[in-house]
Amino acid sequence: MQSLKIICPNGHLGFAPLRTASFQLGVAAGPHYIAADSGSDDVGPVPLGADVSTSPESWQRHDLEQMLLAARKIGVPMIIGSSGDTGSNSRVDLYVRIIRDLAAKHSLKKFRLGYFYSEVDPQYLRAKIRAGDKVLGLDGRPELAESELDATQRIVAMAGVHPFIALLRQGADVIIGGRSSDAAVFAAPAIHHGFPEDLSYYLGKVLECASFCAEPYGGKETVLGEISTHDVKVTAMHPPQRCTVASVAGHAMYERSNPYQEFVAGGMLDMTHCRYEQFDERTTRITGPRFVPADVTRVKLEGSGKVGERYVGLCGIRDPYTIANVDRVIEWARNQVRERFGSAGYELHYTVYGRDGVMGELEPLRDRPGHELCVLVQGVAPSSEMAEEVAMIGLRQMFYARLPDVKGTAGSVAFPLDEVLRASPAYRWTLNHTVAVNDPMELFRTHLTEAGV
Amino acid sequence: MTSRKLSELAKTIRSKNAGVDKITFDIIFRDRGNYDLVRRARVLTRESVARLYRIPDERISDFVEYDPGCAIKFTIYRLRPSGSAGDADIFGAQQYAPLLEVEVP
Repeated sequence: MQSLKIICPNGHLGFAPLRTASFQLGVAAGPHYIAADSGSDDVGPVPLGADVSTSPESWQRHDLEQMLLAARKIGVPMIIGSSGDTGSNSRVDLYVRIIRDLAAKHSLKKFRLGYFYSEVDPQYLRAKIRAGDKVLGLDGRPELAESELDATQRIVAMAGVHPFIALLRQGADVIIGGRSSDAAVFAAPAIHHGFPEDLSYYLGKVLECASFCAEPYGGKETVLGEISTHDVKVTAMHPPQRCTVASVAGHAMYERSNPYQEFVAGGMLDMTHCRYEQFDERTTRITGPRFVPADVTRVKLEGSGKVGERYVGLCGIRDPYTIANVDRVIEWARNQVRERFGSAGYELHYTVYGRDGVMGELEPLRDRPGHELCVLVQGVAPSSEMAEEVAMIGLRQMFYARLPDVKGTAGSVAFPLDEVLRASPAYRWTLNHTVAVNDPMELFRTHLTEAGV
Repeated sequence: MTSRKLSELAKTIRSKNAGVDKITFDIIFRDRGNYDLVRRARVLTRESVARLYRIPDERISDFVEYDPGCAIKFTIYRLRPSGSAGDADIFGAQQYAPLLEVEVP
């Protein structure tokens, strides 16, 4: 094989539907694989902790259907990573079920369906910690303590290329992956076909977000990557878009602190010496990436822990004197919650839109509030009854705040709703760590089955 | 010569999560000219962005001038991980606005 072509129609399958016109152009370009990543830790800790998707199933189904029908029609494998936003076991099972449903619905000829799980048993990590095998923190976090593990609901490990390659070797026609590095979804087939790791990981890096590596800006459009033994070429499939030197080089820095390095299980992609050239109007050619294998394979872990049940309420403020003293209004309400529940055992958060709601302490203009404010109140507590009451006192007592010089003595805030609303439980990221493994497959169980008729 | 705002000189100014504990900021220029102009003016440095966001230097994890992308990039630590109750920007996508107004002499 002189070169291998992969198309990617969506940078986060399910989060918003892929655009079918450019996808069909990509399919017509004769790819050897159709692949996409479906997850992200961007969605916050709630989906992983509560074990739900943040994407509607109808959108997930739409994209899987487009990809499956195209892949089966032209007879090439389809690969999905980080199923269902989080890549937890239940999300893998969901996607496997959708693939089976779609195969039956369209009476697709029998094919091999491979899948793997990425969830990590907390007891496995506990044993590592007790054996002195440190679970190291990323981004300034301390090493994992057992108490933090106890506070965690669910953990997923970030797979590298290994489980994908294992399933490709077994002849899988469709692979549904648990949590995995975005780049691995595309690097795995390239490595499987014998292309150099240096270029394979770069291919993965550039394709993972689909049309985010093209310009003008526009997501959910298909891009095509082609790898040979000496270069990678990436082409925009959506007619108004182009992959330019600027858009491709610029994409390398998206969502990471270091634009030259990308870490995956098993090593690091070094893009310091990448060379970018405009190959044709819509294609950029890249040479020079390096993959540096790790001496010890460390696998990234993501964990989410439940903080409590949550209720939220909203109110508005228009009186300029009250706006200038909104912190005193909030303090009054906080004190009423303290009188009822004490000062610990719950969380009470105020977000003041119109002043610093979006940026909080980073807001340079927080001393220049607008002429009206909206305040979001969140109460978090162990039980739903308590969370409701924390939020309700925290909201309603703003109405009764006692400001000395206020003219409007009938109520300090405006209520759009005379209630607090149940929200998703509050979770927090408890794990952003790495663990050393002897075998890169240690945390990922693969399965091969059949679908179709 | 009159000064111009960074929003007039840059093609893209954005912020986004870099993992769950950090937010990264990208200021991308269409060409080498404006990129070099802003770099030479020294209006975007570790110190100046710390001042702009009123944070101590230690909260800036990385500050990079990225020649291949004609971009200046810096990353800050969040005080609490993304999506914790009370975090108002789970994706970290709306933290760049103060950069738009930076004056470049």
